[in-house]
Amino acid sequence: MDFSAISPVALIVSLMAASTPILLAALGELVVEKSGVLNLGVEGMMIIGAVCGFIAAVTTGSPWLGFVFGAICGALLSMIFAILTQYLMANQVASGLGLTMFGLGFAALLGHKYSGIKPPKFHSIDIPILTDLPIVGPLLFGHDPMVYISILMVFVVWYFLNRTRAGLVLRAVGENHDAAHALGYKVIRIRIMAIGFGGAMAGMGGAYLSLVRVPQWTEGMTAGAGWIALALVVFASWKPGRALIGAYLFGGVTVLQLNLQAAGLSISPAYLSMTPYLVTIIVLVIMSADKARASLNAPASLGKLFHATT
Amino acid sequence: MNLIKTLLAGAALATGLAGAATAQDKLKVGFIYVGPTGDFGWSYEHDQGRKAVVEAFGDKVETSYQESVPEGADAERVMTQMALSGHKLIFTTSFGYMDPTLNVAKKFPDVKFEHATGFKRADNVSTYSARFYEGRTVIGHIAGNMTKTNTIGYIASFPIPEVIRGINASYLAAKAVNPDVKMKIVWVYTWFDPGKEADAANALIGQGADIIMQHTDSPAAMTIAEEKGIYAFGQASDMKQFGPNARLSSIIDNWSPYYIARTKAVLDGTWTSTDTWDGIAPGMVGIGEFSDKVPADVQASANAIIEKLKSGEMHSFTGPINKQDGSAWLADGETADDGTLAGMNFYVEGIDGDVPN
Amino acid sequence: MLRLEQRPEPSRAMQIATPIIAVIATMIAGGVMFALLGSNPFTAIRIIFWDPIFNDVVASYTRPQLLIKAAPLILMAIGLSFGFRANVWNIGAEGQFIMGAVVGGGTALALYPYESFIVFPIIIVMGAVGGFLWAMIPALLKIKFNANEILVSLMLVYVAANFLSAMVTGPMKSPVGMGFPESRNFNEYQSAFNSELLSNTGLHFGVLAMMAAVVVGYIALTRHLFGFQIRVAGQSARASRFAGVNPNLTIALCLGISGALAGLAGLFEVTGPASKLSTNFPLGYGFTAIIVAFLGRLNPIGILFAGLLMSLTYIGGELAQFQLQIPAAAIQAFQGMLLFFLLGVDILINFRVRLKTKGVA
Repeated sequence: MDFSAISPVALIVSLMAASTPILLAALGELVVEKSGVLNLGVEGMMIIGAVCGFIAAVTTGSPWLGFVFGAICGALLSMIFAILTQYLMANQVASGLGLTMFGLGFAALLGHKYSGIKPPKFHSIDIPILTDLPIVGPLLFGHDPMVYISILMVFVVWYFLNRTRAGLVLRAVGENHDAAHALGYKVIRIRIMAIGFGGAMAGMGGAYLSLVRVPQWTEGMTAGAGWIALALVVFASWKPGRALIGAYLFGGVTVLQLNLQAAGLSISPAYLSMTPYLVTIIVLVIMSADKARASLNAPASLGKLFHATT
Repeated sequence: MNLIKTLLAGAALATGLAGAATAQDKLKVGFIYVGPTGDFGWSYEHDQGRKAVVEAFGDKVETSYQESVPEGADAERVMTQMALSGHKLIFTTSFGYMDPTLNVAKKFPDVKFEHATGFKRADNVSTYSARFYEGRTVIGHIAGNMTKTNTIGYIASFPIPEVIRGINASYLAAKAVNPDVKMKIVWVYTWFDPGKEADAANALIGQGADIIMQHTDSPAAMTIAEEKGIYAFGQASDMKQFGPNARLSSIIDNWSPYYIARTKAVLDGTWTSTDTWDGIAPGMVGIGEFSDKVPADVQASANAIIEKLKSGEMHSFTGPINKQDGSAWLADGETADDGTLAGMNFYVEGIDGDVPN
Repeated sequence: MLRLEQRPEPSRAMQIATPIIAVIATMIAGGVMFALLGSNPFTAIRIIFWDPIFNDVVASYTRPQLLIKAAPLILMAIGLSFGFRANVWNIGAEGQFIMGAVVGGGTALALYPYESFIVFPIIIVMGAVGGFLWAMIPALLKIKFNANEILVSLMLVYVAANFLSAMVTGPMKSPVGMGFPESRNFNEYQSAFNSELLSNTGLHFGVLAMMAAVVVGYIALTRHLFGFQIRVAGQSARASRFAGVNPNLTIALCLGISGALAGLAGLFEVTGPASKLSTNFPLGYGFTAIIVAFLGRLNPIGILFAGLLMSLTYIGGELAQFQLQIPAAAIQAFQGMLLFFLLGVDILINFRVRLKTKGVA
């Protein structure tokens, strides 16, 4: 066993890339849940974003357009969920699971002609001198732009929820939709916008998978990333900053276990593969144990049906 | 059993199913794939074999396939449905279809089954597989010559004999030309998870591997190698489009000759149950064209190895070889027997780490 | 524009009519999709919905298969439905399904080759215990630490799947399996094999257990105090305390029952249709069961029909795939559509659609 072979810098760089898709999707879902809606269809929206982003990037030659188109398609798919749950008052859990099922199938249909193609390269930033600095260079100045955008989105979502009036209204809708409605807020319209934002972020996360992290399109390539994103939201107790920590922690444990194996650690890979999930549970338990604090952030109307009677 | 006979009698008369009317004229050949045909790996190559059958026999055959069939109860049902709807030859192309194939074959004695990579046969069940380890010997030779860091990264799926054989064969060939070579192995416990395969490739590269080999099905590792500017080999299919600069060569599964031969045997009425384990010589294992990154002398020596493997002059496992723990396995000049190879569950001397269990 | 108007009480006629409307709508939308893919939509729809039940050639085989495929889905969905009514969200039935199979199947492997009539009852109990204990983890963490059960049960699915991998590449690996990651085949172990009870009926113990669960579940929900308590618990935590319901007990019971039933489903599946433990054993039945539970409107009788309908689209979908070469993905999208329509039209039960005359809703 030779742990000195593991380079901490390389480890951190690769964990950031591994975490970016789930971070983006989790931030979107966080806003959705803050508005009082539980959308379990993140996996479906991610894979639609992955395939649509891929198709757009290959067709236009621009990865940027790929990310935009992936986000648009994720948002479009989320509208099925929005119509079902907001207008037709269907159960959110079942509708979300249905969205995942449909998204996985539909994405595979769309992408049928696109497997086996290389997407245009999405270049990492390269600032003269800075990127070449030892340690600090690759850690701070050597990522691709989406990594920075995902971190920026953490601030944007935090600022929106905590420092803007619109964010306050959104949270009010999530806390008590009847009261918000009585105050004259358009509960359904606000929630649909939140759902659309969640879809767009999941779609962008999916596009990151197919354009940067893997980079190629294959059926079923999200392989459960959407579920992890969902878990991150609860793990983060609906706080954007904690979602960042959670995503990097999860990505870190995932990448670390592969590195430990490559360094020759003799524990069954099956047990090592469990560790990210076990760590998530343990941290969750520690954070939830303080009941007063943990329940403070959970949107009170999460998953409940709303129908304006007047 | 009576009911099955009634069903079979009914099958001949039925017109309800698509294509049943022409069942008498054409041989219906069914294929069952474990992944999507667009995986650009294992299932893709089997489907290429199916297309070759269509091309070779034209109107005389009618093929159908089902993709992404989970191993187990679902596979058994799909096979039964194929047999009931008049397929007379069915290729079941994943190891996990072994018991379902045997079960269904028992119920349909006049349907011929061909099961890939298994070891259980019956009067109407043949098995076939390829000596992929011969291909590993070739790419191991190239990798041993070309690594500058003396570190080869290996992304492995599950610790089954097939995969362990591949690791050993690559290592032995690399070590023969480069005594300092080390192999770093990551077990991902999946055949197909592009994200995880990409992470594994990154982890290996991060620890100094400058050549990646893989025994998983997606081209993810190849794309990562291309990005990082290191080398890799195509697995199952050529994968050149994923790494025009990274790809040195590839091990290609070529099932077409076998599928055509077996279909012909059924058409001619000469089909019998057999066990086929073919290597480079009959073309079941193909070595993809060498990239111009491979120096001419390495190309020449690799070609020489291919020729020797073809002629039988060379065997991938030729002694003296010790097992990892230092105990003797093969004496000088002795070659491994197929039985030991089929059940291989140990690393050879020089590989670090343990086979997971 | 249309507007919705609440009915004074749920429409009985619509309760029966909505699934039919949904299936017809799915046939139309799915037909369009199949036509776009270049298949004859009428043939495709006939093969999916008609052939598995009535086709001369395959139906006598596929009819029993419908039951076999539906049994684990229904068994798990009934367990889940109790929790969902009480607002206890067990999303991890898949993990409990796996652990039932591992613990029950592992017990059988440990007893091999001891043949006795007692073996099967023992492994049934162990299967239920495996699922029950796995579900107790989120239950206890919820009760003791207030940890969200959706998340914990979901994470435990991945832990269970990896545990299964570890078992079948390690202690439970078949000694006669040439090193492949799978256990001994249960149909070579008479006492532990969940065989068909009457030939060509599809009846095995799992199907019987499913039928029993439908009956018992229906009685418990409609005629028993337990059914009342979980319905109260689902409405409001405050109300349930007034009604003398212990919320912690409700959490433990709901997760425990769904876990035990999922464990049973896993045990019957692994010793019967799947016939061995392997890394390919988990197929997402636990997630599909959640859909089945909601499609059945959390009612055991409804779940029975929902499970059978789901199973019909699986088996009919397989037939359509190899006969028309429709891609597997199209069938998955088709199932998604069916689900959307079923969920969407349910609104007609409680609401009337009216033409909007003025103002905004």
